Amino acid sequence: MLENIRLSFQGIWSHKLRSILTMLGIIIGIAAIITIVSTIKGTNEQIKENLVGSGNNNVTVSIYQDGYEYEINNYSGLPSGINTISTELLDKISNIENVESCSVYNKRVDWGDSIFYNDTALGSSSIYGVDDKYFSTCGYAVSYGRGFHESDFDKKRKVVIIDSSTVTNLFDNTNPLNKVIDINNEPFTVIGVIEKKDTFKPVINSIDDYYSYVADSESGSRLYIPSTSWPTAYYFDEPQAVVIRAKNTDSMNSVGKKAATILNDAIVTSKSFKYKSDSAMDDLESIQDISNSTNTQLIWIASISLLVGGIGVMNIMLVSVTERTREIGLKKAIGARKGKILSQFLTESVVLTSMGGFLGVLCGIGLAQAVSKIANIPVAISIPASVIAVAFSMLIGIIFGLIPSIQAANLDPIDALRYE
Amino acid sequence: MIIELSNIFKSYENGKMEVPVLHDISLTIDKGEYVAIMGASGSGKSTLMNIIGCLDRPTKGAYHFDGSNIFGYSDRQLSDLRLNKIGFVFQSFHLLPGQSALSNVMLPLQYAGVPKKQRKEIAAEMLEKVGLGERIHFKPNQMSGGQCQRVAIARAMVNKPEVLLADEPTGALDSKSGEQIMELFGQLNDEGVTVVMITHEQEIASHAKRIIHIKDGCIIPDKSKEVVTVEES
Ligand SMILES: Nc1ncnc2c1ncn2[C@@H]1O[C@H](COP(=O)(O)OP(=O)(O)O)[C@@H](O)[C@H]1O
Ligand SMILES: [Mg+2]
Repeated sequence: MLENIRLSFQGIWSHKLRSILTMLGIIIGIAAIITIVSTIKGTNEQIKENLVGSGNNNVTVSIYQDGYEYEINNYSGLPSGINTISTELLDKISNIENVESCSVYNKRVDWGDSIFYNDTALGSSSIYGVDDKYFSTCGYAVSYGRGFHESDFDKKRKVVIIDSSTVTNLFDNTNPLNKVIDINNEPFTVIGVIEKKDTFKPVINSIDDYYSYVADSESGSRLYIPSTSWPTAYYFDEPQAVVIRAKNTDSMNSVGKKAATILNDAIVTSKSFKYKSDSAMDDLESIQDISNSTNTQLIWIASISLLVGGIGVMNIMLVSVTERTREIGLKKAIGARKGKILSQFLTESVVLTSMGGFLGVLCGIGLAQAVSKIANIPVAISIPASVIAVAFSMLIGIIFGLIPSIQAANLDPIDALRYE
Repeated sequence: MIIELSNIFKSYENGKMEVPVLHDISLTIDKGEYVAIMGASGSGKSTLMNIIGCLDRPTKGAYHFDGSNIFGYSDRQLSDLRLNKIGFVFQSFHLLPGQSALSNVMLPLQYAGVPKKQRKEIAAEMLEKVGLGERIHFKPNQMSGGQCQRVAIARAMVNKPEVLLADEPTGALDSKSGEQIMELFGQLNDEGVTVVMITHEQEIASHAKRIIHIKDGCIIPDKSKEVVTVEES
């Protein structure tokens, strides 16, 4: 066998140009596939990285009524069939596998009728009543001023932390610290401004959907008050939501589903209400589905090149069998079994296509790097894909080498020796 | 008796026509004999040789090699028989062009499953024996015809076959090289190898101890100079 491989390399080397031309189809096909796969993988990994980096491996589990997100208005309070989330329940959620931290919060959407600074209405905004873990869970950091202290919670201080959008909309970008704003007719003092720790870096040009998703999720002004002060402005008991930070992006969905189940089992008795998880991964997965399906089509096209390459290999192997009729005849005459001849030619064909596959992988890696430089698309080389590509080239060698090899093995030694 | 042909017929299909080549050939060759087969071109010598060498099967008739009827042998059994019991030498040498003398001689050892290291030793020894000890790394295109034919003989003999079959082994050589080949054949025969050689040169045939004449696919009743009594081995 080793002997056969050595001889095959010798044969390929002695017909360099012919071998290269024969391998070309395989090289192009494999290179194309590797480039495509590297680009998909790069893009996906980039998206995941950005999600994690921007604190977006968060799952929100919130209450839905008859399939729509339940919106609390000024008169609703806690509807029958839902309870508030106890500390024990939150502990249970934080003990789910792959949960890094979790936080419970109240949230209301304001359409411009309850939040004012002097006479300026904030307009469309969300106000949150948060616990001490909310900012760390969601990946926010105080950019100036201060965050909530324990005493803010203990003493139910009427303090508020705002985001930069609120600074713009309510304070016209002037310093908001220590200013007092009206929240549902209660005065709250601004103590700090927060922002996302790692702001999203726009790297991926190709998937516009992704940006619109990210932009969408960040829109509107946001204000945060201590959960203990929430009843001052609103009701004591209102439906709450949970935000969970998963340890890794891949576990976001499962963590969210488990948390939703825990909440539904424990505090929801009404049929029309249900806690549901909503994570960035959902959106990500549908984006990936789209890019994967287009790329699958590309891979099919590249496979046709492999097919053509395989036929080219078969053609050359048939020529080679004819050229070496005398050699085959002689070998059979001096006692080579059919199997020996068959394996010799099959090895040759497999070595040829594997080499093509290997060169194809190298070209593919090079091409992927070039594409990444020129089109500014991230690439990640997939080792399994490379191994599969070479293995697949071997398979092509076997399939397309089979007919010529059988032909060689079945040559009649007398005819073969007589052949000039 | 190592070779026993009884009423062998051989014909080729040529389109719809049946072209008869060998007619009712019966022939026995004992172990250790040195036989020359003579005849005009096209008389069927090579065809006969191919049957004796188990490369081809007769159309009709029985062939016993070393006591066993090869009629029922599978392709694989025939391959193994050729590998172990028969050595071939051809007019045009049929060496693998890209390979050294050593590699060429090692080939049958490889088919016989001899480990690589031993293969080298045995093949080198064999080349030494045919007088090419210094040329084991030469390729066929770097050697003369006579030297090439000696490589071919080394290859034929490397698995220690009982029978050496040679189809016009000197046909492509000058008379001096031819003589050297004949010397080698004589030496091998002295060592006990059964030699069957085809030729159309009287000069070459005279080295054999028995001459069989063939004409139009038939053996001409023996009219050779002597009937040799075969020494038992
Ligand atoms: N494969 C074949 N098909 C048809 N005819 C053949 C074939 N091989 C040999 N012959 C014919 O058989 C006859 C004997 O050939 P061969 O044994 O090669 O003769 P020699 O070796 O004595 O010159 C020739 O007439 C040749 O044309
Ligand atoms: Mg002939």
